[in-house]
Amino acid sequence: MAATATSNAITLKGSTEIVAEFFLYGINSILYQRGIYPPESFTRVQKYGLTLLVTSDDKLKDYLNPVIAQIKEWLYNMTVKKLVVVIKDVDTNEVLERWQFDVEGDKEALKDGKPRQKSEKDINNEISAVIRQITASVTFLPLLEGACAFDLLVYTDKDLDVPAKWGEDGPQFIANSEEVRLRSFTTSIHKVDAMVAFKK
Amino acid sequence: MSHFNFENELNSVLRMDGPITKGPGMRFERKAECNQSVNSSLNISTTAKTPMKNLNRSVNNPKTPSNAKTPKSSNQARTPGGSKAPKTPSGGDRFIPNRSATQFDLGHFKITTDSANSGEADNLLSPSQKEYQRVMSENLNGTDISSNKIISYKTKAPSAPEGYQNNLRVLYSSCKTPASSVKKTIRHIPQVPERILDAPDILDDYYLNLLDWSCNNLLAVCLGGSVYLWNAATGEIDQLLQMESSDQYIGAVSWIKEGNYLALGTSNGEVQLWDVAAKKRLRNMTGHANRVGALSWNSYILSSGSRSGAIHHHDVRVAEHQVGTLLGHTQEVCGLKWSPDGKFLASGGNDNLLNIWNAQPGSPLTNTTPLHTFSQHQAAVKALAWCPWQPHLLASGGGTADRHIRFWNCSTGQCVDSVDTKSQVCALLWCKHYKELISSHGFALNQLTIWKYPTMTKVSELSGHTARVLHMAMSPDCQTVVSAGADETLRIWKCFTLDEQKKAAQKTAVTKDKKSVFSMTSIR
Repeated sequence: MAATATSNAITLKGSTEIVAEFFLYGINSILYQRGIYPPESFTRVQKYGLTLLVTSDDKLKDYLNPVIAQIKEWLYNMTVKKLVVVIKDVDTNEVLERWQFDVEGDKEALKDGKPRQKSEKDINNEISAVIRQITASVTFLPLLEGACAFDLLVYTDKDLDVPAKWGEDGPQFIANSEEVRLRSFTTSIHKVDAMVAFKK
Repeated sequence: MSHFNFENELNSVLRMDGPITKGPGMRFERKAECNQSVNSSLNISTTAKTPMKNLNRSVNNPKTPSNAKTPKSSNQARTPGGSKAPKTPSGGDRFIPNRSATQFDLGHFKITTDSANSGEADNLLSPSQKEYQRVMSENLNGTDISSNKIISYKTKAPSAPEGYQNNLRVLYSSCKTPASSVKKTIRHIPQVPERILDAPDILDDYYLNLLDWSCNNLLAVCLGGSVYLWNAATGEIDQLLQMESSDQYIGAVSWIKEGNYLALGTSNGEVQLWDVAAKKRLRNMTGHANRVGALSWNSYILSSGSRSGAIHHHDVRVAEHQVGTLLGHTQEVCGLKWSPDGKFLASGGNDNLLNIWNAQPGSPLTNTTPLHTFSQHQAAVKALAWCPWQPHLLASGGGTADRHIRFWNCSTGQCVDSVDTKSQVCALLWCKHYKELISSHGFALNQLTIWKYPTMTKVSELSGHTARVLHMAMSPDCQTVVSAGADETLRIWKCFTLDEQKKAAQKTAVTKDKKSVFSMTSIR
């Protein structure tokens, strides 16, 4: 990691790492908390001063890792606008929940490449607040009755060359939804806003 | 029109080696057509016009809204003839179409030119319409679609293993309705008794009624041959009397509504009236052939039920006290209750019968024939309780062989509801504040159960007694219940406590009530 705990400087590369890592842990937390996969397929990991659960299922890892790697690339280019975790009912294919992470990149960092001043500790505190909110959301989100699957949508710039393994998709909105805005965090290069929409 | 003809001709020139499209083809051709053709809707006899029809469609289809509104501004030629394009001539031969004759090339040509045109049409949109389109797409897609792409990884996430069920269900299953929309109805009911008092030598007899709580907050308890008074406010205990002979005992106690006199039924068939303040026996009313196990007051009339099955009405004011006899039971009467309005008397006996007697108009006495006789209970009917808020509604509970609580509309004689409690029902009480019912039970759990009326869902179960809970009484403020068990204990449960707000409301109501009573007495 470029941004280490010893210095307070954040480079674009380091910021990308932090945000991509947050996405990985955030998605894992959502999958665990919402019961999309069986809890026994998750292992405990200490991160951001919290105990987080990360999947140990190889198939799921094989899906998540290339996606996160690709998103990391886009984060570095600042072409990614949003990352959306869509939770759908397997049988009806109805969208039940939509976790949206809006990414706002500071394009100037792309140009000048100068590191910004922000301590990693502050960033981690902000991230842990977001993850805690994801964990706490179980209390207000409705029960996912049937078997559910998830999908990841990425909003990117129009002029992006879509890689071969990726395809264009629809926004997959929820009709008649209720939205809850969660906390946000910033690395001073990337700003991430979190939000969850669920079916009323 | 002319420019289509030109296209048409151009096309036919390009396909000189194509089949002859005008006029019938050669015989072998027709035969081949018959075999290969699938598209039978097209008619080849109007070949000259068919392409135009196609044309028309391909031009009109991708119309942009602006085109629809301002057809004149469109630079696309419209064929007026197209709209009234002739249908197949009625007398026409039925030709099987030839796919090659439908001129795909021309169609393709037109479609490609058309898509180029539609790009031009887009430019014709007014700025406001463009803005409108942009806002609409932003609304629909959550972002400006022209500057964003929504993409997803083509290989989808693996599905959860087969048969896996969201285990959060356990968390949610306890609440059937969303918590936010439903007012919280659960209140705290202490699961342990407020107090436990010893009741040595209390008789373990299902057919007796050994507990009553007066409006002066005095609890009368019969312990074998003696009667004790427990002052619930101060905790003082007084012995009211002791039977002279050791083989005699008290079978029933009942406070008069005013709370100053206590009626007792004894094992030798006497009904006694005691002045509590003076600790003096006022009357001894004989007449029953066997022990008296049930008593109930209706103003100055005291009704008593005996082991002989007879119910006597005693007018306690006059020397000839026995003013009525009801012979509706063949075995011991163990439950006896006047309705709060004094119009009905309910009596339950060991003969499994529940009789309802109605009062004679203008008199506290009843007719000598029962208004209703209910035989649905399969065991002795001891537990009887009149609903305080719904007149003529009676709850009755049956013994070990029956285990049901039944609800009766005594005006109509209908069994309104019944619920199987799985245990002997010893006593029943209503709570008017919460519209609930509390029942006390015997084997196997010896518990008290609080039910919500009329749904009859269990609100709570209070356990603690180690033997069957034979008797229950309610405090005058209707917040506390005392239960007497065969385990020789009295347990006091604060199961119907009111919250502060309700209590305040009740207090004002009570003071009002007291005032009215006071004014009444002063008039007299």
